[in-house]
Amino acid sequence: MIYFTEDHEWIRVEGTIATVGITDYAQSQLGDLVFVQLPDVGASVAKGDASVVVESVKAASDVYVPVNGIVTATNEAVVANPELVNSAPEGDGWLWQMSLADTGQLDGLMDAAAYAKHIA
Amino acid sequence: MLDETQSIKILPLEALHITAGAKFGAFAGWNMPLSYPLGVMKEHLHTRSQAGLFDISHMQLVAVEGAEARAFLAHALPLDPDLMADGQSKYTFLLNENAGIEDDLIATRLSSTRFMIVANASRAVEDVAELQNRAFGFDVTVTALPRVTLALQGPKAEQALAAAGITNCPKSFMTASEPRPNWFLTRSGYTGEDGFEIAIPLEEAEAFAAKLTSQPEVEWIGLAARDSLRLEAGLCLHGNDIDADTDPVSAGLIWAVPKSILHDGLFVGAKAFAKLFADGPTHKRVGLKADGRQPVRGGVSLTDEQGKPAGRVTSGGFGPSAEGPVAMGYVRTDLAAIGTRVLADLRGKPTPMIVSPLPFVPHSYRKG
Repeated sequence: MIYFTEDHEWIRVEGTIATVGITDYAQSQLGDLVFVQLPDVGASVAKGDASVVVESVKAASDVYVPVNGIVTATNEAVVANPELVNSAPEGDGWLWQMSLADTGQLDGLMDAAAYAKHIA
Repeated sequence: MLDETQSIKILPLEALHITAGAKFGAFAGWNMPLSYPLGVMKEHLHTRSQAGLFDISHMQLVAVEGAEARAFLAHALPLDPDLMADGQSKYTFLLNENAGIEDDLIATRLSSTRFMIVANASRAVEDVAELQNRAFGFDVTVTALPRVTLALQGPKAEQALAAAGITNCPKSFMTASEPRPNWFLTRSGYTGEDGFEIAIPLEEAEAFAAKLTSQPEVEWIGLAARDSLRLEAGLCLHGNDIDADTDPVSAGLIWAVPKSILHDGLFVGAKAFAKLFADGPTHKRVGLKADGRQPVRGGVSLTDEQGKPAGRVTSGGFGPSAEGPVAMGYVRTDLAAIGTRVLADLRGKPTPMIVSPLPFVPHSYRKG
């Protein structure tokens, strides 16, 4: 199941592990990314934390943690090559994986249809 | 309540930019194309390798005409109009009495009684009013001219201009001509590349823009790439890198003031300028390179390695041609030597930056 936030993150849940990235809409609004800063593996993060920074040629933007949990992996490929977030935001351009502390927090998020309406 | 002066201004060629797929944003009171479908990175690199076309009609062309045009300009601006050749352009400033930079300008002498000035969008109304104010008592008129202004920048700019029908262009950088009635063409720009700025009467602009965009080497370029291009070229943005509280001495722009008037000029601000020039500045504008990959942007404060205030970053971002983050700002004069390490406060994290030479990418101006 893939969920979406109002701040244009996507979160794909498989069991108790979630993969997080920014949406295609978000990358198109940001333009060419030149820098991605990811949280440390093992870090405890909470819903709403701005623990990730993505920077385009134009500006810096925060990526917000969508749910509470612990970071289990980060995508070093996007650190080395931020352009990957532009070319494959919902695939190889994922940002980090985390364990979910409270799956109930997913209830407030949007599904694909609701997100499509949100950005329309 | 919004009145007309507060409402956002629309470029005369806006429909062309919408058709070209531009993303718009507000800048200096204008609705401006920020980028096109090519994207900022490719727009930037295209300008360095081919020819980029910018709609800069937000900038204001001003005609200065009259028997006393030279005497007026020698009073109003730190210029020596008698030393300028017909067709020569000069980078200059509108200074206040403190030698603060109210605006930076390009002034061109067309004849001994006719000059053109190009003013920044954010300062255009104030500049025209102030120039008219300073013109009191001189036999001269100061007139804002309605024009579409396009900048064509890059190594293939001359070729594209010729293909669009203008073959008699000025031959060296910072020279100008009037290729057609009410057209004004300078070989100049804001990217570090060879190129042109062309002011065109409104009714002829759309057809000429279409001729330029039909050339295979020409792409529309937005304001975002204009900013990264000028930053790599070490060029100041008024409002960021220079403003009414900074002066040409600390900004490292003394070269724009003729030697003959450095010490005892008669221009507005001359006394304050001469004192600043004699005393030397407390802070200097420098290039700054971050150690890592993270851009350090305007507004970030700097400290020395002991943690004492060192200055601030005034412009910063990613330089696509420099292939890394680039910035400029002001540091204390004792820290202004190339290679000095300062620390940027990046979201609470001290990030090393090295004082570096400007420009970050060498200028490619045509020397004639």
